[in-house]
Amino acid sequence: MAIWIEEDAKVLVQGITGKQGMFHADKMVEYGTQIVGGCTPGKGGQTVELQGKQFPVWHSMTEAITATDADATVIYVPPPFAAEAIMEAADAFDSLKGEGVIVCITEGIPTLDMVKAVAYVDNRPGVRLIGPNCPGIITPGASGGAKIGIMPGHIHAKGRIGIVSKSGTLTYEAVAQTMSIDEGQSTCVGIGGDPVNGTGFIECLAAFEHDSQTEAIIMIGEIGGNAEQEAAAWAADNVTKPIVGFVAGATAPPGKRMGHAGAIISGGKGTAEEKFAAFRAAGIACAMDPSELGKVLLESLKTAGLR
Amino acid sequence: MLLRDAGVPVLEGVHCTTVDEALNAYDALGSKVVAVKSQIHAGGRGKGTMYTPGTKDVVMEGGVKIAFSKDEVKTYASNILGNLLVTIQTGGEGKIVNNLYIEAGCDIAHEYYLALLVDRDTKSVLIMASTEGGMDIEEVAEHTPELIHKVVVDANIGLLGFQKRDLGMALGLSGASLKSFGKMLSSMYTMFCAEDCAMVEINPLVRTGADEMVALDAKVSFDENAEFRHKNWDDLRDLSEEEDTEIRAKETGLSYVKLDGNIGCLVNGAGLAMATMDVIKLYGGEPANFLDVGGGANEEQVKTAFSIILEDQNVKGILVNIFGGIMRCDIIARGVIAATEALSLEVPLVVRLAGTNVDEGKAILASSTLNIHPADDLAEGAQKIVALIGGEQ
Repeated sequence: MAIWIEEDAKVLVQGITGKQGMFHADKMVEYGTQIVGGCTPGKGGQTVELQGKQFPVWHSMTEAITATDADATVIYVPPPFAAEAIMEAADAFDSLKGEGVIVCITEGIPTLDMVKAVAYVDNRPGVRLIGPNCPGIITPGASGGAKIGIMPGHIHAKGRIGIVSKSGTLTYEAVAQTMSIDEGQSTCVGIGGDPVNGTGFIECLAAFEHDSQTEAIIMIGEIGGNAEQEAAAWAADNVTKPIVGFVAGATAPPGKRMGHAGAIISGGKGTAEEKFAAFRAAGIACAMDPSELGKVLLESLKTAGLR
Repeated sequence: MLLRDAGVPVLEGVHCTTVDEALNAYDALGSKVVAVKSQIHAGGRGKGTMYTPGTKDVVMEGGVKIAFSKDEVKTYASNILGNLLVTIQTGGEGKIVNNLYIEAGCDIAHEYYLALLVDRDTKSVLIMASTEGGMDIEEVAEHTPELIHKVVVDANIGLLGFQKRDLGMALGLSGASLKSFGKMLSSMYTMFCAEDCAMVEINPLVRTGADEMVALDAKVSFDENAEFRHKNWDDLRDLSEEEDTEIRAKETGLSYVKLDGNIGCLVNGAGLAMATMDVIKLYGGEPANFLDVGGGANEEQVKTAFSIILEDQNVKGILVNIFGGIMRCDIIARGVIAATEALSLEVPLVVRLAGTNVDEGKAILASSTLNIHPADDLAEGAQKIVALIGGEQ
């Protein structure tokens, strides 16, 4: 078991004929992800070559899901059209299967488009949105696995650590840190750095708590908003597995956007200090330096009798 | 002005950039009492302080003044234009005021606060209003949050009549003022969505003696992600207020924020870039900047990134921290070498590479004759650069 995405999940790629979509679709097939085709309106009936094999393209998500019974879709559609791509996928999954996972990689989607898209997805309770502006989700397998996104597949290995993070490259750091102490990952979820997104920290923590494969969790946040504080408070009451945490942006000046649209300290709120304090109050073991996540994780595993 | 175009009642006013224009504006408005307002992209102006830019001498308390005569307009306009305004939101360095707004006076019965913003918690547009209008909304939020009333708009339905009435009644409005408030909210919400705003703040919003609601001062910020569908935004920007290098970085697809320290950073990914700054500080150094080269930077972007970092005279050393995902470490290594050669880099350089093709990347750096210090992880990289610049002092 892993969370939301099993190793053999069937995955569609929206925007598969674009440069980004095709490049990453190829990398996903190379990793072992079961890509079943893609969707680009206006290009239905064509095929796309990935790793020397031909994959079908459909006009619409309804056609694509009907034909493939896909479990998930990953979106590489440019920002002006990405929110609609999310809603198209949500509608198709909901009406055809009653469930499905949508992973949106696109960075730079207008916030008000996301406000609409998130409300649309929330009206379809079986459908889960991960992202946007995220590296995606990966469930490493014993060989291959399901890599849905842009993360470098080869740094991962199947294991028992669940990782959830707002940042892409910091997730990779966290993965490398687990590997440095000979631990693999159950599922790694990048929830994205936008102010308005789909799946949040709490849903990830809840899923990891219920997942039998996951035995410990790494949670990585960053400045802006109060999702980390709420998640920490929730975890204190609801999560029994050890959690290790880090928050990026302790040195970020107030009022400045640090790369991610959501990474901004406004009105003195959303600081790293505040978030670390919330983590500690919830009994989360904190690393002040991401290169120490492995060390802190190892200590937590030992304390919990898992090593 | 955006609000007026959207149908929100505002006072008559004139935008000026010189004292003479301000005096002409006073005559043209024909109102004995006028407000003289600094126009910068930050709030808290009324409670701010004006300073002389070089010497930092205090010129005047307050960046928004009520003038009762033409002479007072002259005094206030001279004190504001070209000087530095420091407010609770500008940070210590303040902002030079190049623009003034001279506004006709009005008969104020009560001042309110009104704001529309994208709320991260509810993932919706949130409308906030308070009877405590004027200058201290941050304090109201901190000390008496119960005086702030909120409604959350369902994005796929829009602002509803009862929501407008509820909010107006919470402010104690009734009759003509309640009606005027509702009409204003509708116009503002339509504008908020049409213009892709991130926040619209009206402070103060006033009820006049004639029970009309009028926006006296407003601050509007936009969602940068929506820039592609708003060509008109360029006209609203005051580039002189923005950091030149930050604008240039953005044009090259880099994300750069200047800070006060002396260790330049070049990193891929926003989260890792923040973490790199944090770790430099943790090991006793001070970061000079935030710089995210993004997920797919090429050699040219790496070079631009170096030149932007080196323009900052404070920079005494540079830490490059790359976790190659899609981006390959060998490409980054070549970019780093090309950039350091082209820019004849003199400050110490520590490079930490990890991820895809890391061994090739390290080999390329090791074979170069340049003075590049390798590091295996972030902590080692930060410690090395801190030690290297410490050694030079």
